[in-house]
Amino acid sequence: MTEIRLQIDGKEVVAKEGMTVLEAAQSAGVSIPTLCHHEKLEPFGGCRICIVELEFRDWTRRVVSCVYPAEENLVVRTRSKKIDKIRKMILELLLAHAPDSPELQDLAQVYGADKDRFEKETSFCIHCGLCVRYCDEVKKKNAVGFVDRGIRKEISFIPEIASKECWNCKECFPLCPTEALQAAYLLTQSLTSPPPSPEPASE
Amino acid sequence: MSRLNSPAELEEFRKSILSKRDPDKPCITLCSGSACHATGSREVAASIEAEIKKQGLSAAVDVRKTGCHGFCERGPIIVIHPEKICYFQIKPEDVPEIVSRTIKEKQVIERLLYSDPNTKEKIIHESEIPFYKNQERLVFGSNGSIDPKRIDDYLAIDGYSALAKVLAGMTSGQVVEEVKKSNLRGRGGGGFPAGRKWEGSRNAPDEIKYVIVNADEGDPGAYMDRSLLEGNPHAVLEGLIIGAYAIGSHEGYIYVRQEYPLAVENVNIAIQQAEAYGFLGQNILGSGFDFTVKVHQGAGAFVSGESTALMTALEGRVGEPRPKYIRSNIKGLWGKPSVLNNVETWANVPLIINQGADWFTRFGTDGSKGTKIFSLVGKITNTGLVEVPMGMTLRDIIYNIGGGIPGDKKFKAVQTGGPSGGCLPEELLDLEVGFDELTKAGSMMGSGGMIVMDEDTCMVDVARYFIDFLTDESCGKCVPCREGLRQMLKKLTNITKGKGEEGDIELLEEISEIAKEASLCALGTSAPNPFLSTVRYFRDEYEAHIKEKRCPALSCKELISYYIDSGKCRACMICLRKCPADAVDGGKKKIHIIDQEKCTKCGTCFEVCPSRFSAVKKISGEPVPPPIPEEERMIIRKSKAQ
Repeated sequence: MTEIRLQIDGKEVVAKEGMTVLEAAQSAGVSIPTLCHHEKLEPFGGCRICIVELEFRDWTRRVVSCVYPAEENLVVRTRSKKIDKIRKMILELLLAHAPDSPELQDLAQVYGADKDRFEKETSFCIHCGLCVRYCDEVKKKNAVGFVDRGIRKEISFIPEIASKECWNCKECFPLCPTEALQAAYLLTQSLTSPPPSPEPASE
Repeated sequence: MSRLNSPAELEEFRKSILSKRDPDKPCITLCSGSACHATGSREVAASIEAEIKKQGLSAAVDVRKTGCHGFCERGPIIVIHPEKICYFQIKPEDVPEIVSRTIKEKQVIERLLYSDPNTKEKIIHESEIPFYKNQERLVFGSNGSIDPKRIDDYLAIDGYSALAKVLAGMTSGQVVEEVKKSNLRGRGGGGFPAGRKWEGSRNAPDEIKYVIVNADEGDPGAYMDRSLLEGNPHAVLEGLIIGAYAIGSHEGYIYVRQEYPLAVENVNIAIQQAEAYGFLGQNILGSGFDFTVKVHQGAGAFVSGESTALMTALEGRVGEPRPKYIRSNIKGLWGKPSVLNNVETWANVPLIINQGADWFTRFGTDGSKGTKIFSLVGKITNTGLVEVPMGMTLRDIIYNIGGGIPGDKKFKAVQTGGPSGGCLPEELLDLEVGFDELTKAGSMMGSGGMIVMDEDTCMVDVARYFIDFLTDESCGKCVPCREGLRQMLKKLTNITKGKGEEGDIELLEEISEIAKEASLCALGTSAPNPFLSTVRYFRDEYEAHIKEKRCPALSCKELISYYIDSGKCRACMICLRKCPADAVDGGKKKIHIIDQEKCTKCGTCFEVCPSRFSAVKKISGEPVPPPIPEEERMIIRKSKAQ
């Protein structure tokens, strides 16, 4: 595989062809914050918090590192005044929904995000899609999905599938950066009648 | 009809169509697009057919149901050939007179003619009416003369001759070069040079490539793509086939929204006819080139008009934009090089091929060549579709073609570029309309929506309205767009309700900056435009709402009050009877008073108060004057004259 040489925060990094900027940074021990990224899943590019700056001779360009391919001679800056400002706002927007998420709180400290900047609407879900994509791409069950769009978009378990598949899996639970997933699952469970048996089904 | 196996056979066939047509035979053309149907053209069509039959003229008169003529304000429209007499706002009951007087006796019916609102002059021909006279209808012009359901009509106006020219004597490289030279830019919004897009796909090594028509027009009030696809589907098809040949694609898609049933019907008929004639399918016109096209009906999401979202939807998944940084012309539909252009862009292609890039570049500005169809709507006298050369000023479009603002109102702003476009003020009326010019002014070309607003429009409320639309239509995938818009809508709604606070404008500006910078697709990066452009040109209106709790346009309900001027009220009882909230107190000869507690601010009293009294007042940002004391409310006649 061809090697790609690029510079991240002044550090010479050797990446493999096909890697994203985020993967190249991670391989070199440079940390870039992420919320919707998972190494087993296709890049989603939804949370935008891994945004970084690319430096060219006389201009800069901001790209999302989880989807931008590592290229030869790329000069990447993972933090700048502008990058920090964007990350701060993204965190503040998300903290309105999940003010108690430890992951968001930790990042809020780093970027000076004010969790009370926007009026609270504690729906918990920050639409990172980790549960939805994990269930689809890894488990291939599609027991949980997104419904609706825009500001009404939310995650929802499909009762017919969830009642069969979820009881013995729940692998998505630890992925959730907030508690939205458990809440959605409990809701589905309570709606599923009769409640699924705790014993594995004898199929 | 059998297949045409060569360009020569096509020309022979064209000659035979023309030879059968008598240019002197009377022909009634009637606009029959979706907008025309809405004004009653179906009923007029039925009436024409019945009347022609009744008067025994079936063999002597042709009737042609065409696409939209553009002048929708005055529809349904009839043009009688060969004299080209033009009648507007036709009702079924006008038809017998038209047939007996104009068709039989060759007389013009004065009352059905266009009457110039200023000079009162009656005008007989379309070409002399200011609305049409000032346009340059290169793409849209044929709409009025062909029946979109009959391919022979398209062939009669030289249809498919550009395709024949390409297949008979141009290499794919030459086609791409010609389109590049024309500097045709995407008419769907982005304005990306079509030739460069094609070149990228042409040079890609993949065996499978796609060409796609984007007919997912979704801007509120915009219907140029619908009218073009309904009225002249073969022009779009011909452009698409030429594009496919240029990049080496053998499969194409037309992505059209389900809400456009007539466009879907007409384009499907067009495909069947083009297949029968051999313009589609195997070995097109004997050239060895194969190409097929399928129609895909979109489910109506605004964001699916975004190119990567559209391709995702075509693949059978939820229409959400892709986060990839690789262009679709290299890696698009199913990962293959895909050229996606808008309906109007494709319809320009046959013209460029037939008449040459040099001819095409004679129209327009340095950066924007050719013409653009705009959907001119809102507070404008002549609502309709207008096609003008790029570079025409907003003033010329709005006043010379659009006829200005109705009802003696003052122009305030024109919103261009669809929901994520911007509002341009009076100072910019002399701006030349082009891709770069509009972007520089803080708006955009978009797909060509043009909404005119008058002095009664509140610009803060306009921003709120479009942001509201976008919160609904955002796919919700990325945070800056979904969450940014959510917070922007909250702030803007608060401001229009008088709950705005110091610092709101700055916060809105900050959210806008992040959304523009960090959103995943063009919907998100352009979504703050309605706010940014209104705050740029109408900041004083925002400040009045926030600081003085005043709506200068007297439009935001929460910030206005109605009261009755006791000196002017003649106790006529009209507003009292019409008030749906029973908020008007009064009686015969008893001066009326509005009960502010009960008033729902619907404005009915304001509208019904006779203009000779004008007693109902609308105010904002100031207290309502105290009501007249009870003992002074009786009107005593002062003189006999009253």
